Amino acid sequence: MAVAEGAEPISLDEEKQKGANPWVDAWRLFRRNKAAIVALCILAVIFFIAITAQLWTRVGVLDHRTGAKARHTVNPDNLERQDSFADPGLCARDNLDSNPYWCSWLSGEALVAVQADHCYRPDPDYSQKQWCYLLGGAESGKDLMSQTVYGAQVSLAVGVLGATMSLIVGLIYGVIAGFYGGRVDNFMMRIIDFLYGIPYLVMVILLQVFFTEIANEYQDTGREGFVGFVLELNQDMGGLLFLFIALGALSWIGMARLARGQVLSYREKEFVEAARAVGASNRRIIFVHLLPNVIGPLIVAETLAIPGYIFTEAFLSFIGLGIQPGTPSWGSMISSVRDNGGFFSNRHLLLVPSVALVITTLSFNFLGDGLRDALDPRLRGT
Amino acid sequence: MNQAMPDTQTKNVSPANGRRVLVEVKNLKKHFPIKSGILFQREVAAVKAVDGISFHIYEGETLGLVGESGCGKSTTGRTILQLHRATEGSVQFEGEEITTLKGEKMRKMRRRMQMIFQDPYASLNPRMSVGRIVAEPLVVHNIGTKKERDERVAELLEMVGLNPYFVRRYPHEFSGGQRQRIGLARSLALNPEFIVADEPISALDVSIQAQVVNLLEKLQEELGLTYLFIAHDLSMVRHLCDRVAVMYLGKIVEIAESEELYINPLHPYTQALLSAVPVPDPVVEEQRQRIILKGDVPSPINPPHGCNFNTRCPVSVDVCYDEDPELREVLPGHWVACHRVV
Ligand SMILES: Nc1ncnc2c1ncn2[C@@H]1O[C@H](COP(=O)(O)OP(=O)(O)O)[C@@H](O)[C@H]1O
Ligand SMILES: [Mg+2]
Repeated sequence: MAVAEGAEPISLDEEKQKGANPWVDAWRLFRRNKAAIVALCILAVIFFIAITAQLWTRVGVLDHRTGAKARHTVNPDNLERQDSFADPGLCARDNLDSNPYWCSWLSGEALVAVQADHCYRPDPDYSQKQWCYLLGGAESGKDLMSQTVYGAQVSLAVGVLGATMSLIVGLIYGVIAGFYGGRVDNFMMRIIDFLYGIPYLVMVILLQVFFTEIANEYQDTGREGFVGFVLELNQDMGGLLFLFIALGALSWIGMARLARGQVLSYREKEFVEAARAVGASNRRIIFVHLLPNVIGPLIVAETLAIPGYIFTEAFLSFIGLGIQPGTPSWGSMISSVRDNGGFFSNRHLLLVPSVALVITTLSFNFLGDGLRDALDPRLRGT
Repeated sequence: MNQAMPDTQTKNVSPANGRRVLVEVKNLKKHFPIKSGILFQREVAAVKAVDGISFHIYEGETLGLVGESGCGKSTTGRTILQLHRATEGSVQFEGEEITTLKGEKMRKMRRRMQMIFQDPYASLNPRMSVGRIVAEPLVVHNIGTKKERDERVAELLEMVGLNPYFVRRYPHEFSGGQRQRIGLARSLALNPEFIVADEPISALDVSIQAQVVNLLEKLQEELGLTYLFIAHDLSMVRHLCDRVAVMYLGKIVEIAESEELYINPLHPYTQALLSAVPVPDPVVEEQRQRIILKGDVPSPINPPHGCNFNTRCPVSVDVCYDEDPELREVLPGHWVACHRVV
């Protein structure tokens, strides 16, 4: 080992050996942030419940997401009247219980609408499955817990897919502009400047109105061709597709600016020049030298932007321009309080989705904070 | 490295002393355009970072390039290596014109000339391990198998005095001097003949500087390297360089053998630079008179008419404001661009 005389000694610290990789280092920094870890755990639980929701309906913990199917109804006569109130007499005839009050913890007496939707076995074993009304019921016998869980699917899908889309589009756009510079950059950035002038929410609302109009028009003329296919797909997704398009139309521009700035700051770094001097291709410089360095702050920014997407969806659904009616979403649940006796008579209807919204968005914020501490190189030695 | 080389009858042999010329730079210019306009940008001016310089570098020698910061030294080095496209002029490597090379030919040429950088922190990708950094040139040129590359990396690290055990480490775990060694190992990976060292020791602690200089000298001896060694003051290059070129505002004002330049500086700018270098002999140091130049370096966007040193020159005369002095050989091997030198 020809270590030159006088060369500075290198510490053989075990701890250092382990944490050599910058990503591993980042993870160690992240772990030190307790709030971020808690947020990550909460989000993991929310994700798990949302993804496995269908599983829980089968076991009977959750109701079907619309709450309209009388899953526990045993009487075949009753199947035709799925969407209507179960007849207490009918339930009694089969020795079933029509009264689900006892397991709705939050609502108590106010829960009139719930009472006769389903028939329940009074059987003590079977009654364990009546967790369905754990959080009480919503209008026309819908289970609030089911709605909240299925609403989480919508919120998380909007948040995560919105962030991913805007990250990908913004990253590609920004990296191209920043890397190629000159005329290309100038032209691409003028487009961004123009788009920046459009008010985000107004644009999203207008797009949603536009999509609704198209959908209505096609209702009459029938669904064919590409537009028909897209409309069908949107229908199947409960309106999520159009929501993604409307949200994604403008949300990437901030990300593109950030990505471009990052690329500009790294493009002139000497290690990029060293790669050029060796003869590395543009592709190699972008993927090996630029992307791993610029991606950190972008991930942080996207994580912190997720609550924004979730709120926008909730807001749009609240004013009736978001998710299609019938698909539960936290925003539409909150808006349904208006039509169901208002806040004072049904406060749990407002509280449950609101608390879910707050916990989720706060968790994303804490997670983003933790990621920023861990991934932002300015806060570190290098 | 100053001994005369045997006279080979190739076309890139200097007629003056029969030594082989490795790099020949002729009237090289690099102007950075300044653009303006919102949508359609046009060029409104240019930073004349390098404005017509000519010199050559002999095989196996170290040529020092000295000048104040901002005078265009780095740009010169980068333009020679084709990291910037030259605005005008020619660069020949062993007689082959390289400013017009493209694609695969350029890539092949890049294997023969490399660069080491000033900032040991910015010159290594923080997201790559030392092993990957040093192996990158081999990967880019598709040389050897993974195993062969690993062996080569270990060999290179030993060559620059680092323990090959550290290949999995990341740059932030190393000190400035160690990082500079890693950068050196990377630049040596492809067995280059010519290395541009852009102020490789300016950012290091004084105690580490000598180590790195010694390492550069050792490698030059072992591998027969040719260096263009860039520095911003003359004290650093004296014992390392065979010849020294002094640069001012995009032009070369004086080139001479190292000792000759120190003993007999001819250009008033070189004299001023030298007067700022402390002398180890206390008696001489006592008598040392600092020549303080008046004013600041003019902007390279609008260099002065005539000799571009005329705004600060203590001995300027009328002709200096009219005519740009040419670089002339006033003594054997001693070139200077000044109207006042005869
Ligand atoms: N990429 C560039 N674009 C525009 N101007 C540049 C660029 N690189 C260098 N310059 C300008 O060229 C001049 C010389 O710079 P440089 O070669 O880095 O000087 P030195 O290395 O001697 O300190 C400076 O005025 C600098 O601002
Ligand atoms: Mg420089």
